[in-house]
Amino acid sequence: MQSHDFVIRFAGDGGQGVVTSADAFARTAAQVGYHVQTFSTFPSQILGGPTMSQVRISTNPVLSPGDQVDILVAFNEDAYKFHSPDLRKGGVIIYNAEQFQLPTGGSSFGIKVDEMAKTTGNARASNMVVIGAVAVLIEMPLDYIEAYVKARFTRGRAEDAGIIESNIKAIRLGAEAGKGSGFHVGELAPPNPPKHKQIMITGNAAVALGAAAAGLEFYAGYPISPATTVLVWMENNLIGKGKFVYQVSSEIEAIGALIGAGFSGKKAMTATAGPGLSLMSEGLGLAWMAEIPCVVVDVQRGGPATGLPTKTEQSDLLACMHPAHGDVKLPVIAPGSVEECFYAGAMALNWAERYQGPVIVISEFQIAERTQNIPRPDLGKLAIENRRTYSPNGNGQQDGFKRYSDWFGGEEMLPMPVPGGPGAYVANGSEHDEIGDTTHLPQHHVRLTERRFAKVKLLSDGAFEAEHTDAPALIMPWGSGKGSGYEAYLQLRKQGIDVGWAYTMFLNPLPEKLLALLRSKDLIIVPELNYQGQWSGLLRWQNVRAESITQFTGLPFKTGELTQRLAARLSQRREAKVHA
Amino acid sequence: MSARNEEYDFKWCPGCGDFGVRRALEWALEAYDAKHEQKHSMNVVVAGIGCSGNMVHLLEGEQPFGLHGIHGRTLPLAFGVKMARPELNTVVVAGDGDFLSIGGEHIAPQAARNLDIACVIMDNGVYGLTKGQSSPTTKFGVKTSSTPHGKIESEVFPLKLYMSLGVSFIASHYSSKPKELAKLIGQAMEHRGFAIVHVQSPCTTYNDNYDQLKGDPKKGIAPLVWDIPADHDPSSHQAAEDILNRPGIPIGIIYKGDAPSLEDRQNEIRSKVKARTPEQLLETYAL
Repeated sequence: MQSHDFVIRFAGDGGQGVVTSADAFARTAAQVGYHVQTFSTFPSQILGGPTMSQVRISTNPVLSPGDQVDILVAFNEDAYKFHSPDLRKGGVIIYNAEQFQLPTGGSSFGIKVDEMAKTTGNARASNMVVIGAVAVLIEMPLDYIEAYVKARFTRGRAEDAGIIESNIKAIRLGAEAGKGSGFHVGELAPPNPPKHKQIMITGNAAVALGAAAAGLEFYAGYPISPATTVLVWMENNLIGKGKFVYQVSSEIEAIGALIGAGFSGKKAMTATAGPGLSLMSEGLGLAWMAEIPCVVVDVQRGGPATGLPTKTEQSDLLACMHPAHGDVKLPVIAPGSVEECFYAGAMALNWAERYQGPVIVISEFQIAERTQNIPRPDLGKLAIENRRTYSPNGNGQQDGFKRYSDWFGGEEMLPMPVPGGPGAYVANGSEHDEIGDTTHLPQHHVRLTERRFAKVKLLSDGAFEAEHTDAPALIMPWGSGKGSGYEAYLQLRKQGIDVGWAYTMFLNPLPEKLLALLRSKDLIIVPELNYQGQWSGLLRWQNVRAESITQFTGLPFKTGELTQRLAARLSQRREAKVHA
Repeated sequence: MSARNEEYDFKWCPGCGDFGVRRALEWALEAYDAKHEQKHSMNVVVAGIGCSGNMVHLLEGEQPFGLHGIHGRTLPLAFGVKMARPELNTVVVAGDGDFLSIGGEHIAPQAARNLDIACVIMDNGVYGLTKGQSSPTTKFGVKTSSTPHGKIESEVFPLKLYMSLGVSFIASHYSSKPKELAKLIGQAMEHRGFAIVHVQSPCTTYNDNYDQLKGDPKKGIAPLVWDIPADHDPSSHQAAEDILNRPGIPIGIIYKGDAPSLEDRQNEIRSKVKARTPEQLLETYAL
């Protein structure tokens, strides 16, 4: 029987080719029409240390990293010891026989990877030896890998042919070793390539590309894991007339620069992680108070303080929504997949322009660093919003326009004057009057506090998902919980459990209709990767009967475990009903 | 209450040095507009927190755009304004507490980039708005409300600090001569790079040192300020160092270098990089 889904995990020390092997295997599969998703963990150091990267390959769209490992490639003994418990029954371990030996008779076989690569005349082809061996175990045609190698190394250089030849030799040597082992893991079903065009991209690149497509003009950032790749992307790509990108001296400087640029009429963004978000706290309060459009992407890692810089966690939600002292609640968009990262980047810029204020995109390590095939966004159909700027009848004279006058609703914001144009005012972090001068009079603080919250309602038309909404309880994950959460939901439905599904990436403000739906239910269960149950707490604050299923290991949810915990909670609820 | 806004509820104490600095800034902005034939709205004043920051609300006549942010962050904000819109004339107004204490970390990076802005720093040697605590420029041993037994820290010498950080235009003056000060501020605006005009602007309530600055022969007080000689060469690093090594407070332009501004560096390096459209960028990820 053919199988539609395999998980291959590569593990070893950083620098042994763990990530490059996984990446090559993922690209090989994606190029012929499989759906793939990678997941990696690595230590916070330049070289070495325990690293793993796994690829889930499927004939259907991949929602989560996958629970159990079908094939483990162990580059050293520590990797074998640490990861072999995740191997499923019937799974196989390929190990680097140059590093250690395992007794025969088990479910493993060794290959002298580097020695084999050297015989091809290209010591760097060892990844291909490994991939050749993996392919044989799941009956993946070697043509696929050879096609990848040809595409990868055809760069118009004299040495291309030699490199391609040695890599193909390496694939075949690995395949022979795999065959010779006598092991067999399964038969991979042929791919079912999607009809639409695709791209293969990481979450961080997607968020950057989405912002660029929506007209980003100004980026200031500071290196921090796992957000650095956004800064690097911008340094390479946010180029051209009217565009500016800079590595600044701190996150405090980054948020200040964004506010200066947003005030001056530009679309401005930064990306950071928890510690940087903490430093931006006061600046974000200023952007809210002075009503300056700007976007901050928080790529979550484990916290607090330096926390777990290269692990995944959803523990920044409270800090993103309420980053500053005083009465503040920022708009927050939480992409739950690589594809959503693209649209989150674009929508955040639109939102900032529309409501004239700061917007947070809350991403997460496991999405940011994940490579995935996704439908190619149609840039022609992407809605791009620009703020209303003030220009009175084109005469260019000062006419007493008051930027901070009363506004308590309506279809759109009052226009925003920009330097060089009419309507000069002071963008003020102190409470202010209509033209931005500082005032402590109660009527102005009341008036403008109400205005700042009222305008967030301009954003409550976001899209959302809802299924089986007639069920008494709904599962509502956020962010990265979407993939494993949806898989768990489908399994529960298959088991005959009456439970519904709700999801949106627009956490604040929640889409109005979705909020009404959530409030009508007895129970909303939120799987989330933090200790306190941050999203269910925020939902309860909005009169939603929500509770969390939490995990705080620094690792993603496993669908199987999550399904069990959700089932247990739902059956508890049914029993309680019977007793009542 | 200000001339243009009767609801505005802040005022400087009578005799505050900031009045003179305000007049000088207004004149300098007017002159800059006239020289460059620009609208007044092409000026952006970025203000710190403290008495001096209220300058942005107290300017009289036609208003520039203003950004009155958070404590210590005038330079990050001005960096954003200037690099977003290099055509804007961007001016920072801040005090010694805002600029040198909480905001001190931001001076070195802007000096290294040579950001093309002008900073007018009003130094009164005290935190006035919070009612008289010690600031970086308060002298060693001085008693203030937060140093009731005398200040323990050594004082900061701002001009030497700017010099050591590589600020490309450094000038010094005091608030009692607004016409001369306006000329210096104007030169700072014209300078293509990071310019600081450090102004002694006494606090009549908590640190009234007018007599010490200007001197008072009747009381036998020698003036602290002294005019930089006309033959001083401000392009010479060594000459500037020599000026700063003399006692008292020099008045005039101490140093004026000619390093390229951040915008010039940016254009030089990035104009060689080929720009790609979002569609072209998207294509690099095509499967």
